[in-house]
Amino acid sequence: MVARGVLSFSGRPSIRSAAVAAGPLEKKKSRFAHLFDQFYDSELCGEETNEKAHSRMIEDACGLVLEKAEAMPADADFLLCGDLVNQMTPSNFAAANLHLPYIGLFSACATSVSSLIAAALLTEAGASRLTLAGSSSQHNAIERQFRYPIEYGFQKGPTAQWTVTAAGFAAVTPNEPGYPEIRHATVGRSVDYGLTDPLNMGAAMAPAAFDTLNRHLSGTGNTPDDYDAIITGDLGSVGSSLFRNMAKDEGIEVKRSKWRDAGEEFYGDDPSFFAGASGAGCSAAVYFSDVFKRLMDGEYRRVLLIATGALLSPLSFQQGDTIPCTAHSVELVMGEGGES
Amino acid sequence: MDQKTYSQLEQKMSPKVPLAGNLIRAFLTGGLICAIGQGIMYFYMYFFDFTEKTAGNPTVATLIFIVMLLTGFGKYKKIAQFGGAGSAVPVTGFGNAMISSAIEHRTEGYVLGVGGNMFKLAGSVIVFGVFAAFVVALIKTILVKFGVVGW
Repeated sequence: MVARGVLSFSGRPSIRSAAVAAGPLEKKKSRFAHLFDQFYDSELCGEETNEKAHSRMIEDACGLVLEKAEAMPADADFLLCGDLVNQMTPSNFAAANLHLPYIGLFSACATSVSSLIAAALLTEAGASRLTLAGSSSQHNAIERQFRYPIEYGFQKGPTAQWTVTAAGFAAVTPNEPGYPEIRHATVGRSVDYGLTDPLNMGAAMAPAAFDTLNRHLSGTGNTPDDYDAIITGDLGSVGSSLFRNMAKDEGIEVKRSKWRDAGEEFYGDDPSFFAGASGAGCSAAVYFSDVFKRLMDGEYRRVLLIATGALLSPLSFQQGDTIPCTAHSVELVMGEGGES
Repeated sequence: MDQKTYSQLEQKMSPKVPLAGNLIRAFLTGGLICAIGQGIMYFYMYFFDFTEKTAGNPTVATLIFIVMLLTGFGKYKKIAQFGGAGSAVPVTGFGNAMISSAIEHRTEGYVLGVGGNMFKLAGSVIVFGVFAAFVVALIKTILVKFGVVGW
């Protein structure tokens, strides 16, 4: 620990491999589609229900990650993952089929990073040779969980975001040269700025993202210039510009080209997705495809991933509560040398 | 940045709902749905033995049947994204709320799933619709009783 909630991994666990499985809409519309590993012909992924399809996607993504790491399911020590369905049944069912020691994690859409942090800690403690970490979302199952039936007609405003159908997973192992290393991480606080609109989640999450960025920078002593990119999870176009404004206001100057947001970029500029993509699978799909590849290719040397999550439930917002949000960050370095 | 400054910034930066455009689109969509309804009503009056008073029921049933198909084929939500209140307020919006819930909960079976959830969204329309009708009927009864108006 270097500051409260800011972790430093001296053992430098590696991300040995990463894989993404995604739905049919993502195949057609996502600008990262060429980097994904598997697609399904329908949102149901050949299953009877959306929830089963969700589970299938998790299993398939885990299988792909293991395949890429040249490992068998029996080689993995832990499965750490989560989703947004009540009690995380899709993850639970996938875990049952994978027969791995499993802890379900809920950090809403920030689970992609919270699972990486937990995996890095297990690895650092010497308890794991390979841990599968990741998160996922399935559009239909999540819309039903949080909003209205899929076919119900209601007008979404310009701040709404679109839940992606995707599962992104990574295999975390003890340090292996030639693969991205997890150097630092910051566990997010639950930040509540009093916003209540569940159709403007980006704006609700931006303060949490800023809080974590600020704590990560002051905890590690890094400056934004040390990173090739700072990539938030699913703030979308509205939340991203708010986040950047907050950072600027507090004196954190970052070049526009270094600020990235998975949600804003996921479907390109297509206006039919409103402010962009969201969902636990959104950040996971981009981090574990595009970002991982850029690190492997040497295009990025050091990146900061800040996954954001809105910690609301349909009950809490119907009761008029505000939307508490969180953001977890992890710093990945394509390591060669000694400096931390 | 404190909460108050942030909420001001949020108000300033979040894109506004295009109110004027939405109103015009709602007017056109709602108007078109009602015009179609009127057409169906005339159809029943001219080709079948219905009067202006009795043609209402088959007209509503026909509209809901059309909406059922549109909802099932995934078209109604697209009309609603364009039309907003224009597609939500007419009986077609009621039908869509009912049918979309029925489709959504099919996986939980016919009794607890479809039956138990069909009126999850549309139920409040029925509750407040019936209650409003009761209040209006009460007022009219009182007014008739005191001779202010006649039936």
